[in-house]
Amino acid sequence: MKFKLIKDISIALLLARWRQTLIAAIGVTFGITMFIALLSFMTGLNDLLDGLILNRTPHIRLYNEIQPTKSQPTSLHPDFLSSYNFISSVKPKNDKLELYNNASIIKTLLSDPRVSGVASKITAQVFYNVGTIDLTGVINGIDVVNENKLFAFEQYVVAGNYMDLELIPNSILLGKGAAEKMLANIGDVIQVTTTKGERIPLKVVGFFQSGLQEIDKVQSYASISTTQKLLSESNNYITDIQIKLYDMNNAPTIAKEFQEIFEVEAIDIQTANSQFETGSSVRSLISYAVGITLLIVAGFGIYNILNMMIYEKMDSIAILKATGFSGKDVNHVFITIALSIGIFGGALGLLFGFGLSAFIDQIPFNTEALPTIETYPINYNPKFYFIGGVFSIITTYFAGYFPSRKASKIDPVIIIRGK
Amino acid sequence: MADIVLEARNINKYFHDPIEVKVLSDINFTLNKGEFVSIIGKSGCGKSTLLYILSTMDTDYEGELVIDNQLLKLKKENELARVRNEKIGFVFQFHYLLNEFNVLKNVMLPGLKLGKLSQEELEHKALEKLKILEIEKEALKKPNQLSGGQKQRVAIARALINEPIIIMGDEPTGNLDKKNSEVVFNIFQELAQEFNQTLLIVTHDNEFAARTNRIIEMQDGRIIRM
Ligand SMILES: Nc1ncnc2c1ncn2[C@@H]1O[C@H](COP(=O)(O)OP(=O)(O)OP(=O)(O)O)[C@@H](O)[C@H]1O
Ligand SMILES: [Mg+2]
Repeated sequence: MKFKLIKDISIALLLARWRQTLIAAIGVTFGITMFIALLSFMTGLNDLLDGLILNRTPHIRLYNEIQPTKSQPTSLHPDFLSSYNFISSVKPKNDKLELYNNASIIKTLLSDPRVSGVASKITAQVFYNVGTIDLTGVINGIDVVNENKLFAFEQYVVAGNYMDLELIPNSILLGKGAAEKMLANIGDVIQVTTTKGERIPLKVVGFFQSGLQEIDKVQSYASISTTQKLLSESNNYITDIQIKLYDMNNAPTIAKEFQEIFEVEAIDIQTANSQFETGSSVRSLISYAVGITLLIVAGFGIYNILNMMIYEKMDSIAILKATGFSGKDVNHVFITIALSIGIFGGALGLLFGFGLSAFIDQIPFNTEALPTIETYPINYNPKFYFIGGVFSIITTYFAGYFPSRKASKIDPVIIIRGK
Repeated sequence: MADIVLEARNINKYFHDPIEVKVLSDINFTLNKGEFVSIIGKSGCGKSTLLYILSTMDTDYEGELVIDNQLLKLKKENELARVRNEKIGFVFQFHYLLNEFNVLKNVMLPGLKLGKLSQEELEHKALEKLKILEIEKEALKKPNQLSGGQKQRVAIARALINEPIIIMGDEPTGNLDKKNSEVVFNIFQELAQEFNQTLLIVTHDNEFAARTNRIIEMQDGRIIRM
């Protein structure tokens, strides 16, 4: 019963100054709308940019690196065991990039419950021959089916069918940039030279565009068997094993574990792409900061209107107190006013924020670099709506706190005497 | 011993700003149930100050105040609010109605705060009070649509809604013309005689005071006659 009375009084005071209260509420609405739209858009953009790299990057990559042996013979020699050896100009011995016993590694990996998928790969340095000119290039020999499953390979193929790589022998899928340089069309046969000097014709079955121009100018894809032939290697030669995990966050620890078990190099996605993580978090930090600033400004709007209202309603407050309302009741009245402004303005803000996001989502956004994107990216994470809602209530509560306290402390005697 | 409604014991009051002045000294008196008492005295002698203390709104005083056998000295703000709500009806010189609400709701507000009766019962009771004051026709108007005399009658109806044990007024007729003052005085008299209502009214109008049961006269913060 008590609340109904407080509510009635609040509504009456609110309606008596409905224009100003509306403006205060619009302030909150604007703040929340921008907060939602900004975060949805920024996060959408973040996801997009991260996706560019992260979706196509294995969580863990196993490979061999040509590097000098860590323990040199001198340090193993019994005569020098107690001394400290300095050896300069250590050279790696002619070791291969091949991952030995990869079949058993893959088998072990596939039975690991933390691993969601595995795709093997060969990277081969080549030259694309264009007339008399040689362009440096990299051919990725991929396990087409698994590559598509793990990295949505299909999405980046802008012309031709990616499955042709598997079906047509000696076929190649060129990067868009590389194809433009070579003036190659689908169906053409291009020549590549391997690092060992062999020259091999390959049939172009399609183009891909990753969104990163530097990659598109250099890289191409072929099937594993084609690449093995290209390198004149046996059919169990592979150089990389790409692993996707169920939980990407475990990548660093699992990478370390695999490095020890399989005695190969293992790099995790966090180490390989640390700069993207920082970029994303800075962008979201900025969005939050701007959104919260907007809300705080709206909070000052509420603070002002409440102060004004209290100043104007001194007489009414004095009367309420003289007829038996306590300071706490008066306090509740003004807090209720503040919160209704916050809840009303905030709810509208969430609605408009959703509307604005949906609108941005419709704006065409075509860029050469991002073939799969047609409109601006939006992330409709309910988390933003939750934070926005909670924050609108918290700001209005604090905006109402001091004016309400002031109102509750009004001494009716001073007001009544003042007449 | 007759029922004592209000008792003031050795009340002293100082104002500290700009210099320390003693505005009330040694106020002692009692009010019995059903008495209609007026307080008179020259302007500035401390009548309003005393009334604000007696109505529990001013707590900065020395001495003791007992209303309905409750000593109010150490009560908290919300407890005093409760005492005002339940036991005291206050009528001001200026009408002090809430323009946001209609007349009926204005009368009901202290009752809603007390919360002893339901909305419907209170509405019924408020209309009854308005009828006693012969303004039930204005029940649904806003206070700013009423004349000064009508507003004052609404204020009296509001003071009556919780059946207080005492009604206090600070020059309730001070702002009214002769005719309306007469109406208000007659209402007070009727309340005292017919409903055995205790009333304590500050006034400048000696004619008004002469017709009450008892006159308390003040001078320079002291009671010189009662
Ligand atoms: N807030 C205050 N600070 C200092 N002195 C005050 C204050 N309020 C009132 N006074 C002084 O206290 C004395 C009593 O004032 P009070 O209002 O009680 O007089 P009153 O008898 O009601 O006069 P009136 O008949 O004109 O209404 C006056 O001398 C006044 O100047
Ligand atoms: Mg006075």
